[in-house]
Amino acid sequence: MRYEAPDTTEAAVQLLAAETGLARVLAGGTDLLVQLRSGMVDPDLVVDIKRIEVMRQISEEDGGFRIGAAVSSAELGEHAALSAAWPGVVEAAELIGSTQIQGRCTMVGNLCNASPAADSVPAMVAAAAMVTLVGPDGRRELPAEAVAEAPGKTSLQKGELVESVFLPKRPPRSGDAYLRFIPRTEMDIAVVGAGVSLTLDEQGTCQTARVSLGAVAPRVLLVEDSANCLIGTKVGAAALEALAAAASAACSPIDDKRGTVEFRIKVAGVLARRAAEKALERAKGTA
Amino acid sequence: MPLDARLDAQDRSFKVVGTRPSRPDGIDKVTGRARFGADMSAPGMLVGKVLRSPHPHARIRSIDASAAEALPGVKAVVTQADFATQDGDLHDTLINVMAGDKALYEGHAVAAVAATTTAIAQKALKLIEVDYEVLPHVTDVDAAMAPDAPLLHDDMVTQGVEPAPSKPSNVAQRHEFGHGDVEAGFAQAEVIVERAFKTEAAHQGYIEPHACLASVGPDGQGELWCCTQGHYMVRNTCAELLGMDISKLRVTASEIGGGFGGKTTVFVEPVALALSRKAGHPVKIVMTRSEVFRATGPTSSSSIWVKVGATKDGRITAGQAELRYQGGAFAGSPVEFGAMSAFACYDLEHINVVGYDVVANRPKQAAYRAPGAPMSAFAIESVISEVADKIGMDPVDFRLKNAAKEGTESAYGPTYGRIGLIETLEAAKAHPNYQAPLGPNQGRGVACGFWFNFGGQTCVNLNINVDGTVALALGTPDIGGSRASMCQMAAEELGIAYDNVRAIVADTSSLGYNDITEGSRTTFSSGLATIEAARDAITRLCERAAIMWGIPADAVVWENGHAKPAGPNAGDFEPLSLAEIAKVSGSTGGPIAGHCEVNAEGAGVSFATHLVDVEVDPETGATEVLRYLVVQDAGKAIHPSYVEGQYQGGAVQGIGWALNEEYIYGEDGRLQNPGFLDYRIPVASDVPMIDTVIVEIPNPGHPYGVRGVGETSIVPPLAAIANAVSHAAGVRMTQVPMSPPRILKAIDEAKANGGPGA
Repeated sequence: MRYEAPDTTEAAVQLLAAETGLARVLAGGTDLLVQLRSGMVDPDLVVDIKRIEVMRQISEEDGGFRIGAAVSSAELGEHAALSAAWPGVVEAAELIGSTQIQGRCTMVGNLCNASPAADSVPAMVAAAAMVTLVGPDGRRELPAEAVAEAPGKTSLQKGELVESVFLPKRPPRSGDAYLRFIPRTEMDIAVVGAGVSLTLDEQGTCQTARVSLGAVAPRVLLVEDSANCLIGTKVGAAALEALAAAASAACSPIDDKRGTVEFRIKVAGVLARRAAEKALERAKGTA
Repeated sequence: MPLDARLDAQDRSFKVVGTRPSRPDGIDKVTGRARFGADMSAPGMLVGKVLRSPHPHARIRSIDASAAEALPGVKAVVTQADFATQDGDLHDTLINVMAGDKALYEGHAVAAVAATTTAIAQKALKLIEVDYEVLPHVTDVDAAMAPDAPLLHDDMVTQGVEPAPSKPSNVAQRHEFGHGDVEAGFAQAEVIVERAFKTEAAHQGYIEPHACLASVGPDGQGELWCCTQGHYMVRNTCAELLGMDISKLRVTASEIGGGFGGKTTVFVEPVALALSRKAGHPVKIVMTRSEVFRATGPTSSSSIWVKVGATKDGRITAGQAELRYQGGAFAGSPVEFGAMSAFACYDLEHINVVGYDVVANRPKQAAYRAPGAPMSAFAIESVISEVADKIGMDPVDFRLKNAAKEGTESAYGPTYGRIGLIETLEAAKAHPNYQAPLGPNQGRGVACGFWFNFGGQTCVNLNINVDGTVALALGTPDIGGSRASMCQMAAEELGIAYDNVRAIVADTSSLGYNDITEGSRTTFSSGLATIEAARDAITRLCERAAIMWGIPADAVVWENGHAKPAGPNAGDFEPLSLAEIAKVSGSTGGPIAGHCEVNAEGAGVSFATHLVDVEVDPETGATEVLRYLVVQDAGKAIHPSYVEGQYQGGAVQGIGWALNEEYIYGEDGRLQNPGFLDYRIPVASDVPMIDTVIVEIPNPGHPYGVRGVGETSIVPPLAAIANAVSHAAGVRMTQVPMSPPRILKAIDEAKANGGPGA
């Protein structure tokens, strides 16, 4: 196994593109190292991206935030402006693993691990996050929900890697939230996750909304039917119940050691409703 | 010397006992200096790795290790053929350590290699060709008892049944306990509750995986360093499995990162010795967490039926239960303990309990803290509370009305001496937690628990150093702060400071045989032996003082850490301190020491009452433990902090088992969750601070009144939490763990059937 730690995105792309065997990108390593140790993967090349300056930065851009691929969850939490603008995304990133893990793990790593249960991904999807990919053929942009295709599988091309993720500018009266269900209180993996981001007009009517669900399908879902239940409403009890029902209807989960099909379907609706209530409070400035 | 008079000095006032000094192993453990099982190395050491069966049940047609043996860096490969044949008590132990003609569970050891590096050892495992004939498997206890179940052992005929069955089955043994006539008792009942329960297997969840370093020389002399609860057991067992003389094997117990009963047998230790003997090098084996889950002992899973009858004024008229425990692939589930302890908390005229010891394609169960009792207590204490609810009686009052006391004929036979169950119930009732107001979706649960406690073979050496300090050599590994407690008892008896006593856990060549640290026996037995050894040393000290003074030895008494002249010589000489006598010991007869070798009897039974409040989220089935109280009889708490620690630890392990911990098997018979991510022991934020009350009803069998405290604390939690959850959710929960999907399903089913109502 060869280890490389290039200084530029372009050099990383060259290494990944030239590798004929299995190549893996190393950011925080909180997934990759576990997979290496347990023998799940045996890569020929590991490319560490933590020495690439642009990947270590959080920068404000057009009123939004560009977050480098090697920025840790802890660094997100320490960024006051980002935490104020996107509290739901930051709270999701700060749910991953433990305090120690959060010092290493990255949202982009969470995204590229392509687990349907990844905590930060539903929050990014609800936030309409866009990722910037760099590959041998240049740069391109993808919505966050288009990165994972199936458990463990991404839409990235050979030699391609994610350089950053962009969270857009927030209009006034906006709020987002992420909630997950775990049987413990921490150190766990989502049995169900739900992200909601919404914007109200001056009268308190929901103008835009995005609802996402994790761990209830092979990939994180963007649930437009749930969002449509909120748009044009005051986000009252009836709209929230409709949102919950639509969220449950969108699920296609599996029975496994972490939860049953019926449990995940029901709890997906409950959490989507509770996340919407939390996002609403934040949009109203009451949270 | 009036030694005997002090044997029963239970009303004495203590100076050191009952205080809370720092533990002698504390600094080492927080700084990382303490050496655990995997921390020992030796020159030329090899890495041992074990090949494990991927199948839950398979005939092993052949094993071809030639390709592995030919791999450069591989120094030895062993199979069962490298061990001594066992026909007696260790037959099952050997087969569990290394499979013979059958693999009986997923993870069953089949072969092992020793190589120069971990990578080579792992590669070698892949080169060993095992020809398996896969057989049908069974993992559920009720399915294993079905007439058409796949048979694990063709020669297993149920014992304890008259006449003996004509056909083999997966039922190893039937047990029956009780007295009176339960049918007559039920005929007197005005309320009867009858229910079936299930408990899933829980692992002890010790943080330190099994690890050892073995070295066998060309002369056949062996040394073994390992983490274990009983190194004398390890020595005797390994010597027999390897065909060695016991004297040729010396075992040293490392510091131990938790055992809870799971380290009371051998797994990798004999394998490391066999590899070392064959390779001619030291061999270290450290289990991975996955191996710990798949191949060491969790506790039994169980299926239990209970029936309890009572009059409307709250008198239990009869109790009956049938217990089915699967204990993995071999006979020996703790169903007998489960059956004996089932109704042990109650003073009943009519009791009948039947237990079945069942085998299934799972790892051989190992002891887990009060083995067998938490499951039966879960079922029985759930029904007891349900009966109390039905007759509209306070659950503590109902238990008080039926509580076992001095003179009660226990369910398992003996008549109780002085016991403290009623005191624990009264203390629970008086505790502020019992009056705390409950909000919506919150519920309160109460349960009692019992454990036998154990004494056993124990040896202690106590050496007086010339500077007046004391070296205490114990043979029972310290899994709960016992070295501190022993130092306190030695200091108390000798009349010196706690800091002047240092205790070690001695290796197997230094002391006579010591039973394992199990059965809540160590503070009782090693404590009793320490006190006796101190009294032996005091006799010697008085003799030396007599020599120094030139008076008869029987004219010297020991008071407050000093020898004093007594009788006609009283006041003739200034008292001599232990240090003053020790200083000149070289000229008064040589080193001074005390010893005790004993098979300790008189371990007092222990009772506890737990009180818990929970809140259940009716939309997700999630349970939050709001407050938790443990009240338990310790006899006498030598070091109250470690007694409280045992109470809290048992409660926390019980909370984990009650709410989330379980072995989950797939249709393929393989364990789905062999890691701490999906085998969910509680994390710190999952539990409240556990409140404790120490009740002290002295045990007449111990000089200071000590009762074992380590195990009773895990007996009531499953039931206490089930009672609380059932009250909070409005539906009776009958399976542990009460995981969120199970609770949510029960709530939804109750709603579908016309609204929740327990």
